[in-house]
Amino acid sequence: MSRYSIFSLARNALNYHKDWERAWRSAELKSEYDAIIVGAGGHGLATAYYLAKEHNMTNIAVIEKGWLGGGNTGRNTTIIRSNYLQDSSIAIYELARSLYEDLSQDLNYNTMFSPRGVMMMCQTEHELRAFQRTAHANRLAGLDCRMIDRTEVKRLCPIINDSPDARYPILGAYYQPRGGTGRHDAVAWGYARGADERGVDIVQNCEVLGINVENGKVTGIETSKGSIKTGKVAVVTAGHTSVVMEMAGVRMPVESVCLQALVSEPIKPVIDCVVMANTVHGYMSQSDKGELVIGGGADAYNNYSQRGAFASLEHTVTALVETFPIISRLRTLRLWGGIVDMTGDRSPIISKTEVQGLYVNCGWGTGGFKSIPGSGFVFADTIANDRPHPIAEPFGMNRFAEGRFIDESVAAAVAH
Amino acid sequence: MLVIKCPVCGVEGEEGDFHAGGQAHIVRPASSDPENISDTQQRDYLFMRHNPKGLHFERWRCDRGCGKWFHAARDTVTLEFKGYYAINELPPVELMKQAKGYWAGHFASAIKSSKRSKS
Repeated sequence: MSRYSIFSLARNALNYHKDWERAWRSAELKSEYDAIIVGAGGHGLATAYYLAKEHNMTNIAVIEKGWLGGGNTGRNTTIIRSNYLQDSSIAIYELARSLYEDLSQDLNYNTMFSPRGVMMMCQTEHELRAFQRTAHANRLAGLDCRMIDRTEVKRLCPIINDSPDARYPILGAYYQPRGGTGRHDAVAWGYARGADERGVDIVQNCEVLGINVENGKVTGIETSKGSIKTGKVAVVTAGHTSVVMEMAGVRMPVESVCLQALVSEPIKPVIDCVVMANTVHGYMSQSDKGELVIGGGADAYNNYSQRGAFASLEHTVTALVETFPIISRLRTLRLWGGIVDMTGDRSPIISKTEVQGLYVNCGWGTGGFKSIPGSGFVFADTIANDRPHPIAEPFGMNRFAEGRFIDESVAAAVAH
Repeated sequence: MLVIKCPVCGVEGEEGDFHAGGQAHIVRPASSDPENISDTQQRDYLFMRHNPKGLHFERWRCDRGCGKWFHAARDTVTLEFKGYYAINELPPVELMKQAKGYWAGHFASAIKSSKRSKS
């Protein structure tokens, strides 16, 4: 695998870019692996990459029903931040955010991490106080975050409506300067290329049809491309986690719902940070192409169709027009939905299961993209050593029976 | 978009006119035997939800109509409503028979007893 550099770019430019190698092989399935990862999204590919890189496990496969990065990895609003309330959440999201900082160098693939700053608006007195609490918690944990006032908000984001007469006036914001955005597809592609380079087989269009369990131990999986023997299966299938885990007889405390996002037609740069307005349910940033990337709250009912409710989008857009009056005449370019898996405490599950050799990483709900590197890193360690990584330990599935919740439902950016 | 019909007052609307109340037929174990509830039972009651890809049974409320709660059977892939029934009832037998996975287990005894009452 050739490394990408200014020299390889120049060399290929001289050949009219005809000779670029494929970024990863189209691998054939072998009959046996040390571990199989189900799901080639960001989390699955990151897991494979760190298994190969940190734990020398290269006889592994990542199988994917559709195409690589075609699920929620390609459907999110690419926001990266780590200013959560609970210590366990701060640990994993900050690990992820800090890995994003030099991910492009690590992967030799430009993931376009752009720490442009994330502002979380305080639009009611209660929200202001709640974020002050989060700010204290974050500063104790060593995060670079601070509360900013209305003048500073207006300075950082001039297009915001800071009128005191607004239905929800801006009282201040909670600001994480090292949060920002990344290029979602590049994260999946970069991890795929890195894993492939180390010998991991990535097999697309290969659906898992069954998980073979004998005497409480995983022995292999059945796929649309045949049976494979393996002692370790890691399920990283987001919205389809319940369906895949049911194949092994494991019930999951998650529900699948649709979360939508949309982009406007491309315009000149108007906003160079990420603004999240939780009270009114919407968040917005601008992509490098100029599109305003807009997201909001998830739908209220279970859904596997990747088509969401129009009412949810209308609600989001209404809120953002109030917050940013200049966007009122923009047209929508694209809108789409992804199926996210929501847990009861809105925190993820990174866990061993009652079946030996079966691991699960799910429940990221509406916040999966920001956590990809951290999630992959600790999940790989969990799989390789057959015990939870210290950062993953609080996210074990048994927390629901033990009453040890990691409650982020009120601290997350948008009320779910 | 969903097309929902309230079985109580008969109005038809979309999801904005109704309120989704989540999974139906959840039994609170502590209501019958409060002294002998295990952590697992309480976890199942609070957090474990049937999350089928296909036929699902839910509670809905007719928000902008009569305000009553009711039950509905809905396909989570096609988003089509397959039937409605009262808030204090189990689904019609033919819908219970179509249920798969955890729902099939959930209704197994109810289907059996309906057969017994017929014969």
